[in-house]
Amino acid sequence: MRAPGGSAVAVGDVLLSVENVSLSFGGVKAISDVSFDIRKGEIRAIIGPNGAGKTSMLNVINGFYHPQQGRITFKGETRSRMRPYEAARGGIARTFQNVALFRGMTVLDNIMAGRSLKMHTNFFWQLLRFGPALREEVAHRMRVEEIIDFLKIQDIRRTPVGRLPYGLQKRVELGRALAMEPDLLLLDEPMAGMNLEEKEDMSRFILDVNDHYGTTIALIEHDMGVVMDLSDRVVVLDYGIKIADGTPDEVKRDPAVIDAYLGVAH
Amino acid sequence: MLYREVGQFKTSYTSDQAIFPILQDRLGIVALIVVAYLVGATGSDFLLNAMLIPFLIFSLAAIGLNLLTGYTGLLSLGTGAFMGVGAYACYKLTTYFPNVNILLWVLVSGFFASAVGALFGLPSLRIKGFYLAVATLAAQFFLEWCFIRIPWLFNYNESGAIEVPQREMLGIIITGPRASAQTRYFVVLTIVLALTWLASNLVHGRIGRMWMAVRDMDIAAELMGIRLLPTKLLAFAVSSYVCGVAGALLVFLWYGGAESTVFDINQSFQILFMVIIGGLGSIIGSYFGAAVIYMMPIALRAVPGWFGLPLQPATVEHLTFMVVGALIIFFLIVEPHGLARLWQIAKQKLRVWPFPY
Amino acid sequence: MHLLYQIFVDPFVQMGTAPDLLAQTLWEGLVSGVLYALIALGFVLIFKASGVFNFAQGIMVVFAALTLVGLYQGMTRLGVSSPAIGAYLALAGTVVVMFLLAVGVERLVLRPLVNQPDIVLFMATFGLTYFLIGLGEYVFGGDPQVMIADQLHLPRGRIDLHLLGGVVQLQKIDITAAVIASVLVAALAVFFQKTRIGRALRAVADSHRAALSVGISLETIWVIVWFAAGIVALATGIMWGARSDVSFALEIIALKALPVLILGGLTSIPGAIVGGLIIGLSEKIGELYWGPLLGSGIESWLAYVIALIFLLFRPQGLFGERIIERV
Repeated sequence: MRAPGGSAVAVGDVLLSVENVSLSFGGVKAISDVSFDIRKGEIRAIIGPNGAGKTSMLNVINGFYHPQQGRITFKGETRSRMRPYEAARGGIARTFQNVALFRGMTVLDNIMAGRSLKMHTNFFWQLLRFGPALREEVAHRMRVEEIIDFLKIQDIRRTPVGRLPYGLQKRVELGRALAMEPDLLLLDEPMAGMNLEEKEDMSRFILDVNDHYGTTIALIEHDMGVVMDLSDRVVVLDYGIKIADGTPDEVKRDPAVIDAYLGVAH
Repeated sequence: MLYREVGQFKTSYTSDQAIFPILQDRLGIVALIVVAYLVGATGSDFLLNAMLIPFLIFSLAAIGLNLLTGYTGLLSLGTGAFMGVGAYACYKLTTYFPNVNILLWVLVSGFFASAVGALFGLPSLRIKGFYLAVATLAAQFFLEWCFIRIPWLFNYNESGAIEVPQREMLGIIITGPRASAQTRYFVVLTIVLALTWLASNLVHGRIGRMWMAVRDMDIAAELMGIRLLPTKLLAFAVSSYVCGVAGALLVFLWYGGAESTVFDINQSFQILFMVIIGGLGSIIGSYFGAAVIYMMPIALRAVPGWFGLPLQPATVEHLTFMVVGALIIFFLIVEPHGLARLWQIAKQKLRVWPFPY
Repeated sequence: MHLLYQIFVDPFVQMGTAPDLLAQTLWEGLVSGVLYALIALGFVLIFKASGVFNFAQGIMVVFAALTLVGLYQGMTRLGVSSPAIGAYLALAGTVVVMFLLAVGVERLVLRPLVNQPDIVLFMATFGLTYFLIGLGEYVFGGDPQVMIADQLHLPRGRIDLHLLGGVVQLQKIDITAAVIASVLVAALAVFFQKTRIGRALRAVADSHRAALSVGISLETIWVIVWFAAGIVALATGIMWGARSDVSFALEIIALKALPVLILGGLTSIPGAIVGGLIIGLSEKIGELYWGPLLGSGIESWLAYVIALIFLLFRPQGLFGERIIERV
């Protein structure tokens, strides 16, 4: 799919590339000179002990934080500063560690909100509703219903999200991100706080999204089992520095990684 | 038994997306509108003048504020001033172009309020919540000062007040001292219903979702590609438009005149209380809230009288303040979504009646 | 061209030619600034310790003053002969009333709303404001009352300074107000920084839940803080009422404390003073020298516009804490 202003990327090519990114807050250096890439169609895990800078890295990719040094290249376009809505427009979607759903709205409305970028009927048709605005609503509703079917959340579509249990909220958030039809999906600890059954469900959904829609996925995750099963490649961060980069098997055996997780001083 | 959805299957997304999907709701609304027009033909002047016309106008103002504060989450204390901008704009427009239909000017005056509202809404890019409320206070006090200090606004009238001139349409007198209560009621009813319909369409579609997203979690909204400043400015613009029209209606079709004190901070608080009690983020709630707040002093005056304990007018005013204040706290504690939520719950119960659940 | 001259040159010329008037205006500005600061102080207390923005602080000032005068009148009717005793008894009574008010607010407003977002608590204080306005008018009537300044033995009269080619008049009551305000500020600043309860209060402001989990009794703290704010309100009411009568018009003036807070920072006690002084000075100077250009009465909105400009460039105020949003 051709992004506006970007070049088409084939499966296997680099979709997003992080080059020498450094990020500090005041005196604290969250990320130091980190570089890695994400290839189209893969599932890339970003792991590391707490405080390693993983969420900050996602925030940089998203455009929430602007790195003091370094650049991000996405779909062939390089930029050092990007606004969050530019990231959205470019095809990056995201979920959050502490579910960031719109609590005042139902599941259906939340996911429909994810279609905002693709809805274009202007203000005056919106005032009238019947006509182009309604047709657009219905058209997008159909796409949203596909996602609802895919995630098996049909019977809660009219429930206000605040009332849902945590596991379902995470699923709805995934649905909302999918509604954007992103090229790159960033998942920040999608399994956090879930029991085994919920984790299995979510893992299956993630794999399906990657298979079925071809979406490239980058996820932060603490559960090693999940990481090993799901991901194609892994980046390991510790204290804001990249300490390993490779397939799950390579990374699992890397002594630096083992040290970092065991808390060996270095 | 009556309020059942059984048998009403939605066979298309279009009908599922309808604003009133349940047939009984649709019938109810139609019946209500028919009754509203009938009351205009048969109701007493007192009923129309003292109760229904102001109720409708304040409901409209409450809808306006609700769009901004209830749906978009931007607390505004400047509603009174924005209403004033509409009223004074209408006054100047009809002064300069007296032969143009006054209703057109009423609807156009909203755009002036809209522009002013958007201007004072610019800070919302950088400030939120309570700070934004204080910024809207700047709008309120500054505009109030303008209404007093810019004599051009009230045509250099010595008293500082404006008097509504007589205007006609199709041979019927619509504004001015000789306009009949019926005429004014029908005009107000029609305009308020029309704007309610437009507002309702907006909030049920893409724009309403954008506003609510900004209200609930603006960071996530940005990630959906929703641009914060244009969305917030749109909220200010549309909200101020509605309030401006309400202000013009207030002066031209009810009071018949105005001084600057009509659009003071007390007015802003009154409308805000209507929105809180009626329900933040609900169009129908705006009507409920307007009814409660507007009728409160009337009820407080009338009810003790029925029990043989008439109250002094001053006491009624004091009691009104106390009861309203207490109600605000009560609703915020018990049902922050206001009467609208209570109404929804009642309908829910009605759907399964006579079964308990 | 003439307009530019009027804005940028003329006012300063006027200041130069009548320096005694300038000094007088500066003094007036400082005095009203001190009084704004006192109101703002009450806000800061409550905000610092409970995270609640108490819109009702202004009406608490009026309410406290009215209660004092009302109780005094009650005392004289009951036959208390000595005005001084009557006054101080009334003062004690008012303190009790403010305490009861604090307890009432804590139990009926704060406790039920304990985990709601700040904006909800803010709106609840609107309700509280209206309630107190209604109650105050009902109990005390709507007419302006005279503050019992003499009976409280507050200094009367004025000092005339002969300088700068003219006379600058300083009312003794104003000097007293400045002194009392300074004492209150110093005391509160020390309290928050140095004492155990003060630190507990700051903890509560950061997070109700965290404070609860550490075993800090929220209810007690809230009562203490609202009571303290009530005392500050009482002091403010006395000072303000002594200069001009006590009436509900004071409530609108009290709203000016909001711009003061924005300038000073919501959580800063010294900020309330500095902010108050800046606003007070700007208003008086602005009204006198630039007012005639625009038409009089710019005092009604100047403070807010200054605050608005501040909000755009430095939302945390001069001394407040930066708010960082974490994702």
